[in-house]
Amino acid sequence: MAMTMSGEYQLAAKRETVWQKLNDAEVLKACIPGCEELNKTSDTEFVAVATTKIGPVKARFKGKVHLTDLDPPNGYRISGEGDGGVAGFAKGGATVALTDKDGGTLLTYNVEAQIGGKLAQLGQRLVNGAAKKIADDFFKNFAANVAGG
Amino acid sequence: MSATGIGAAVRRKEDQRFVTGSGHYTDDINRPGQVHAYFLRSPHAHAKIKKIDAGAAGKMPGVVAVLNGTELATDKIGNLICGWMIHSKDGSPMKMAPNSALAVGKVCHVGNAVAVVLAETLAQARDAAEKVKVDYEVLPAVVDPAKAQAQGAPQIHEIAPNNTIYQWHLGDPKTTDAAFKSAKHVTKLDIVNNRLAPNAIEPRASLAEYDSGADSLTLWNTSQNPHVARLVIAAFVGMAPEHKLRVIAPDVGGGFGSKIFIYPEEVVCLWASRKVCRPVKWTADRSEAFLTDAHGRDHVTHAEMAFDAEGKILGLRAKTIANLGAYMSTFSSSVPTYLYGTLLSGQYSIPSIYCEVDAVYTNTVPVDAYRGAGRPEATFVVERLVEVGAREMGLNPADLRRRNFIKSFPHQTPVIMAYDAGDYLASLKKAMEIADTKGFDKRKRDSERNGKLRGIGYSTYIEACGIAPSQAVGSLGAGVGLWESAEVRVNPTGSVEVLTGSHSHGQGHETTFAQLVSERLGIPIENVSIVHGDTDKVQFGMGTYGSRSGAVGMSAIVKALDKVEAKAKKVAAFMMEAAEGDIVFKDGKFTVAGTDKSAEWGAVALNAYIAHKFTGAELEPGLKEGAFYDPTNFTFPSGCHICEVEIDPETGATEIASWTAVDDFGTIINPMIVEGQVHGGIAQGIGQAMLEGIVYDKEGQLVTGSYMDYTMPRAHNLPSFKVGTTMTKCPSNPLGIKGCGEAGAIASPAAVMNAITDAIGSENIAMPATPQAVWVAIQRANGARKAA
Repeated sequence: MAMTMSGEYQLAAKRETVWQKLNDAEVLKACIPGCEELNKTSDTEFVAVATTKIGPVKARFKGKVHLTDLDPPNGYRISGEGDGGVAGFAKGGATVALTDKDGGTLLTYNVEAQIGGKLAQLGQRLVNGAAKKIADDFFKNFAANVAGG
Repeated sequence: MSATGIGAAVRRKEDQRFVTGSGHYTDDINRPGQVHAYFLRSPHAHAKIKKIDAGAAGKMPGVVAVLNGTELATDKIGNLICGWMIHSKDGSPMKMAPNSALAVGKVCHVGNAVAVVLAETLAQARDAAEKVKVDYEVLPAVVDPAKAQAQGAPQIHEIAPNNTIYQWHLGDPKTTDAAFKSAKHVTKLDIVNNRLAPNAIEPRASLAEYDSGADSLTLWNTSQNPHVARLVIAAFVGMAPEHKLRVIAPDVGGGFGSKIFIYPEEVVCLWASRKVCRPVKWTADRSEAFLTDAHGRDHVTHAEMAFDAEGKILGLRAKTIANLGAYMSTFSSSVPTYLYGTLLSGQYSIPSIYCEVDAVYTNTVPVDAYRGAGRPEATFVVERLVEVGAREMGLNPADLRRRNFIKSFPHQTPVIMAYDAGDYLASLKKAMEIADTKGFDKRKRDSERNGKLRGIGYSTYIEACGIAPSQAVGSLGAGVGLWESAEVRVNPTGSVEVLTGSHSHGQGHETTFAQLVSERLGIPIENVSIVHGDTDKVQFGMGTYGSRSGAVGMSAIVKALDKVEAKAKKVAAFMMEAAEGDIVFKDGKFTVAGTDKSAEWGAVALNAYIAHKFTGAELEPGLKEGAFYDPTNFTFPSGCHICEVEIDPETGATEIASWTAVDDFGTIINPMIVEGQVHGGIAQGIGQAMLEGIVYDKEGQLVTGSYMDYTMPRAHNLPSFKVGTTMTKCPSNPLGIKGCGEAGAIASPAAVMNAITDAIGSENIAMPATPQAVWVAIQRANGARKAA
């Protein structure tokens, strides 16, 4: 099933700082809820392992993440696909755009994702809510990280 | 009528064990050394399998083996088959795609089994399945039957261009077109018959055991027809010769058709059991049931009915696209053809009918027979057309029906069927009395005073049950005969075991079949046991579906009882030193006509076995007879259901205010069981009309895969049913039985939708008529009225 989500966050840091953190595997790993591994395999590729729970389905996703449409320091497109084994799969992408605002940076994002298998069968009612929470948690963590310098 | 004979409301003998948890279902059975199977299933609706890596899974604790489809093919395990050949209009045979029990090279629906993990415990098997790596190349999917044939739609099987399995037709297009040309009024409807999950209370389960000493296999299985399962698995899948394969279907908790079919999991359990030399057990969880049990219905239809100036029906034509899912299930091809098109005459005298059906593959689980199977779809088409036609012509819907009813029998329809008996006026009349249709206008005004909308809907249905004459179905493409067998074994003490090829999975055969024997032999019902569901006990049988156990299964028992009685009379004649022709058998007693000599049933049974009164040259000892009964026609149950609904226009919430069902089932063996069947059938029909609906999203993900999203009817959704009967005996079987198992599910969806559309004043609503759908339809109708 398909899912879309969008939002914006005001971050207390300069655009270049935000951009740099958005490309820093260690920062991303610390901010992504449930992320166990995030290793850079090239300038634009990561491999990731993350555990997440949606309703009755708990899944450990292993997947690849690619960065495309890189436009430093204005934004990129981040996309990936994760295999949750018996729980199903998730794939999708987000465009992230950065603009200067109020002495900091405004981050806007648009997510399009698809999930399948048991996640879609059992969790579909909960997916939008769960995804929104994951996104909120991520950006809360990320905002704290960039604000901390 | 005796207290336990035909017509008595005997309490069900089997219920004691069911309600006290003493039944023996497949999952209750455990074999020494068994391993547990867990099926790894595709999360994609359509994908190539590039690679399966089970290396890490095989090393997990407790794992015995991880097996896949390539190994299955290497071991020459054959594909599952569809056993009913349908030819297209152009004479070409249906396009049956390969259907391996484990996917080979490609998956075609979410839930398609890709590999099986065998482990000491189920938890170990599940954990190991997490480690199996399957590399998929995802392909575009198609799930909507109306889009499956479109140019550019994803192609699911090479054998079936445009995903088309067959393009079948029935009836005469020329006379039908002529009828429409001469019509005064034509009613047209676009109908979607929503897709349903069968939801038997017991999920499917299989336990397979290989005996290396005897080189034979035993399968305990949730089956409605264990002999057919054995035949298919032996002869087509090639698992083992028929005499080396025993299939046992013990207590089975509901089927509704879904357990007729031969499924991948039972094939895999058998194969795996021989491969690892251990019993292999699998029980579906509810999620698997949603994903893998054959679904029902799923038709998209355009239908038209032509009327003359007096409202007499001149013709009917229908064009249907039937979704058969990703593979052709065991009897899938017959459901939207010979179980559907042949019933489009309904209870009406219709001079010409033409029906076209395209069956298509989609990336969804296979679709096959589900309670009613084709006949609910046909009834829905006919009864909606008649009702809407009456509204459009400003006629009373009951009057229009009366005007068109078939009134003399036998009646040959233009679509194969020859109705043998019925009285449609009688059931309509009785239903209208019970439903107090005369008081409807007042009730409607009362509802309106409370701000509610009230509607009334009729459904005068016909079904063809008791399938079926073997020669007839053979000529229509069936790969099997549809007779039934029975064996009556009388023990030396006079108690009786009846072995039947019918299978009970909720129908109450242990009671009704015993009632027949009790009545016929004059013995207590406790002295009769019904044996079924084991290919090693019962020689052969065709199983239970299509409301056939009474009409066909019991008729076979009658034939066997005839033979038993004839033999017992010979024994009695020797005992009482009388001529065989002078022996009269009545109420459990043999008497010599014109004398006071008599012998009790038990004494005759004993004498048959001790054989002291006759020599071997005069008579064979023993008392055991078998019979095969092949019906000479289908049976044609019919009736009238009337539904009244009250709708809150503010919320769309729809309450069924009353329900009347008057059915003609011919002879009734046990009125309590029949009423239970009627209740259950109506509940499922109301479920279809108002609550249930399988939804796949456009990528082929099943989004109604749990009870959170798939709504089953609950007690509060249902009214107290007012149930009545009328009776015309079925002339084609010895007991006059017609069958009652499916009637409720066949009649009710049209009655509900006719009532709802009557209430809201719009035909523009599809099933399931959820509160939201009803509310939207009301808003749309109001909008259209304002615009006009």
